[in-house]
Amino acid sequence: MAVPALRGSMSFLRQSLTIASKDLRSELRTKEALNASVAFALVILLLFSFAFEPTEVETRQISGGLLWLVFAFAGALILNRSFARELSNDCLDALVAAPISGAALFLGKALANLALLVTVELACLPVFGIFYNVPWTQQFWPLMLVMLLGTWGLTVVGTMFSALTVNLRLRELMLPMLVYPIMVPGLLAAVQLTAPLVMGQPLAGDLIPWLRLLIAFDVIFTALALTLVETVLVR
Amino acid sequence: MNPVQVAGVWKYYGDFPALRDVSFEVQPGACMALLGRNGAGKTTLLRIVAGLARPTRGSASVCGAGTRDRVTRRSIGILGHGISLYDELSAFENLHLFARIYGVADPKRAALEWLERTGLERVRDGLVREFSRGMRQRLAVARAFLHEPSVLLLDEPFTALDDRAIALLQTLLRDALAAGRTIVISTHQLREALALATHVALLVRGRLAHTGERTAEMLEDTGWLYRHYGEA
Repeated sequence: MAVPALRGSMSFLRQSLTIASKDLRSELRTKEALNASVAFALVILLLFSFAFEPTEVETRQISGGLLWLVFAFAGALILNRSFARELSNDCLDALVAAPISGAALFLGKALANLALLVTVELACLPVFGIFYNVPWTQQFWPLMLVMLLGTWGLTVVGTMFSALTVNLRLRELMLPMLVYPIMVPGLLAAVQLTAPLVMGQPLAGDLIPWLRLLIAFDVIFTALALTLVETVLVR
Repeated sequence: MNPVQVAGVWKYYGDFPALRDVSFEVQPGACMALLGRNGAGKTTLLRIVAGLARPTRGSASVCGAGTRDRVTRRSIGILGHGISLYDELSAFENLHLFARIYGVADPKRAALEWLERTGLERVRDGLVREFSRGMRQRLAVARAFLHEPSVLLLDEPFTALDDRAIALLQTLLRDALAAGRTIVISTHQLREALALATHVALLVRGRLAHTGERTAEMLEDTGWLYRHYGEA
């Protein structure tokens, strides 16, 4: 009984990784979304730095919000392309008609988006550290954990709505309008956790409930997306 | 059990009925030409059989199972309006990708074999976006046949094909019929379709106006079917 289940899980994972590697390969060849997203994120960080010249106290207050605002807006550029990429040549039809579950397709796309978003974030952090004079590496691994959890939440919700809006003419507008309100609990937790961590405070005490909220957000929306995506793809 | 079964299928787009109570079956090893004017519902019907759309009412099954069944989908090869290939990937990468997705035993070998069969082995590493229209179509044919499906669903397969690609597709379809595979082909190109077809189904405004064996008079006079069962 356990062997077929294990084989099924391996097949699911293998198909997800096949889709993820296809998406990453396509994106790395064109760099359409990645270049736009990195450029947008860096410009926003630089403009904020020049416009407000924040003091250390102000930086402490705004760093979490600023970073996640940039990640969320820059992320929309990547998430928008996720299913839109499948429209040219009717590739989405070929994937939906193929013997791959909607959940495996979704997970593959979400993993590729996660990799691209994390790349954008890793490009932003050193720039943020230099221009805002922030010792962000002091709590490096806890910060990476929060970034990964926050980004996964953004990716899961964004990829789901990318599938939902793929056939809409105004999808570039609709995706942020649908994703950001739903992301509020996840983004709030990520902002509350990121601000102290980039200033060197440990991940403990009052921060733990926010970490729990972020994990719960990720688990709930991942389960919802994996369950509902098949209905979204076949109409 | 017949490999393709459609029972009482209705499909609405908003208030518009694209398909109205369509029922037919395709026998094993048969080739059904699905005919009809533009907007008759051919593509909608093929999409329902392929599991790409859900009927509003009624049901479709392939090889005895629902069209969204994973095993069923492995047995279907589909060639739609688009080529369903990634422009940013090479010819080999595209076929390898679909061979992996379809669970082909040796994806690399299958991809190379089909590149050779479609005469594209010399450009295996070329990106699809650099291919001519004919080459893209041949690669799309390879993608549809790659996993050796038992049921082939082809939507306007001869449209925009060059002579070489038409000849290739006709050979592959004849081989598939000889191997006992089942084919449903939707097309406006009556001569090519009727030459292959063993059966015909004519859709008129979403309703099945006629279904039956392809007769000699249909082949001799391609307008015969429309004159007898279609709209004036």
